[in-house]
Amino acid sequence: MVIRQVMLTFPTEQIKEPVIYNLGRQFRVVTNIRRADVSADKGWMMLEIEGEENEIEESIMWLTSRGVRIDPVDGDIVEG
Amino acid sequence: MSFAQSLRCRKCGREYRLEPVNLCEFCLSPVDVTYDYKSMSAEVSREKIASGPRSMWRYRDMLPIDGEVVDIGTGWTPLTLAENLGHELGLEQLYVKNDCLNPSYSFKDRAVSAAVTKAREFGFSTLACASTGNLAASVAAHAAKAKMQSYVFIPAGLEASKVVGAAIYQPTLIAVEGTYDDVNRLCHQLTAKHKWGFININLRPYYAEGSKTLGYEVAEQLGWRAPDCVVVPGASGLLFTRIWKGLNELSMLGLIEPVNTHMYIAQAAGSSPIVNAFNSRSLHVHPVKPDTLAKSIAIGNPADGYYALKTARESGGGAWAATDAEIVEGIKLLAQTEGIFAEAAGGTVIATLKKMVAAGVITKEQLTVVFMTGAGLKTQEAVMEVVNPIVIDPTEESFDAALGQHVCP
Repeated sequence: MVIRQVMLTFPTEQIKEPVIYNLGRQFRVVTNIRRADVSADKGWMMLEIEGEENEIEESIMWLTSRGVRIDPVDGDIVEG
Repeated sequence: MSFAQSLRCRKCGREYRLEPVNLCEFCLSPVDVTYDYKSMSAEVSREKIASGPRSMWRYRDMLPIDGEVVDIGTGWTPLTLAENLGHELGLEQLYVKNDCLNPSYSFKDRAVSAAVTKAREFGFSTLACASTGNLAASVAAHAAKAKMQSYVFIPAGLEASKVVGAAIYQPTLIAVEGTYDDVNRLCHQLTAKHKWGFININLRPYYAEGSKTLGYEVAEQLGWRAPDCVVVPGASGLLFTRIWKGLNELSMLGLIEPVNTHMYIAQAAGSSPIVNAFNSRSLHVHPVKPDTLAKSIAIGNPADGYYALKTARESGGGAWAATDAEIVEGIKLLAQTEGIFAEAAGGTVIATLKKMVAAGVITKEQLTVVFMTGAGLKTQEAVMEVVNPIVIDPTEESFDAALGQHVCP
């Protein structure tokens, strides 16, 4: 079991969807919302995802396929 | 011993010991080195600094360093009065801080020198970083000097010309197939698994501190005063916040008058999350997908974006963007007026400065410093259009025929 911390950025069309609930239903992962700010048209969330590596990978791919952007919580590591 | 005391979360204020960590466990915000400024102020003086080495290490008392430094000759780069460019733009006191003239040709040497020194203190024998250019070269160079191993991750497909500057120091160079996001994720996973000093992950608080010497140096070179305005290229936003921190520390230590500098951050329009947030009055910097020729500042999810935004607002400054075409014109304008060839990040600074002066945001009497953070030879492809020689035969006739009436007497 590993824990991955990621920042999610939600597009407008996902704001009304229960994305984190669905994530927990579809994959064997434990989610822990650490920080978040969601408004009427956009939102972001610092999320901890705990589970087997492959489950985490698949859950992140699923989020991406929903149009949710995934970033590291501490910003981009690849610098100029 | 240094005057550094602890690491403190920049958001919630929780304190940590001086260890290789970069994030607060609770709010996942970056941590920052704190100092005993009272004791520091008893130790530092203008005279003591002025008698120190002509390098960034003249400010050693203000850095979180205890051991022998890993120095390849970084810092004390020229601050040039840019009369020609100032005249062109309508500024009476314009200065260029030419940090292209560091040993690996970018400002990153300041940050990396501090981070690698700290890495050695922590007992790391291996360094790592992920970069498309400047950072890679600097880490590899410092690793060579410190006789440490280094792993430099680059995205696969990067042009050879961009990695030569790092490869020459013989790091373990790893080209990762995949997107930049994949490289980001892999580096986090490897840092968790190996005992590496990863320059912009677990060593980031110390890396950040090295950058503030740019602020110190400019103030000292101006005769111990802060500028009225500065324009700084923005990628992760870290350098911008550290120049501000450096100036304010000097003031706190009584070395300069209270700081009233307007801080302006310059981004490429194709990668301007901080500018977007500033203009929309947002408190959150929403990530973007970078699309610009200014690769050295193409960061879509800036680690210090929020703090850069805060600095721009607190200082009464701002955030401006320039298009790729404007950036190229900016590179050329600086080169053709001041003889300084900066990379695209520098072109971004000049292009946004031009806009700010035109808009009356920066006025002619304000003492303004623009920061050139990397050398132009690293990004020659951005300005290949200037290569257009007049081809002639080796005869005077051919010369006269080609240039005709245009020859200077």
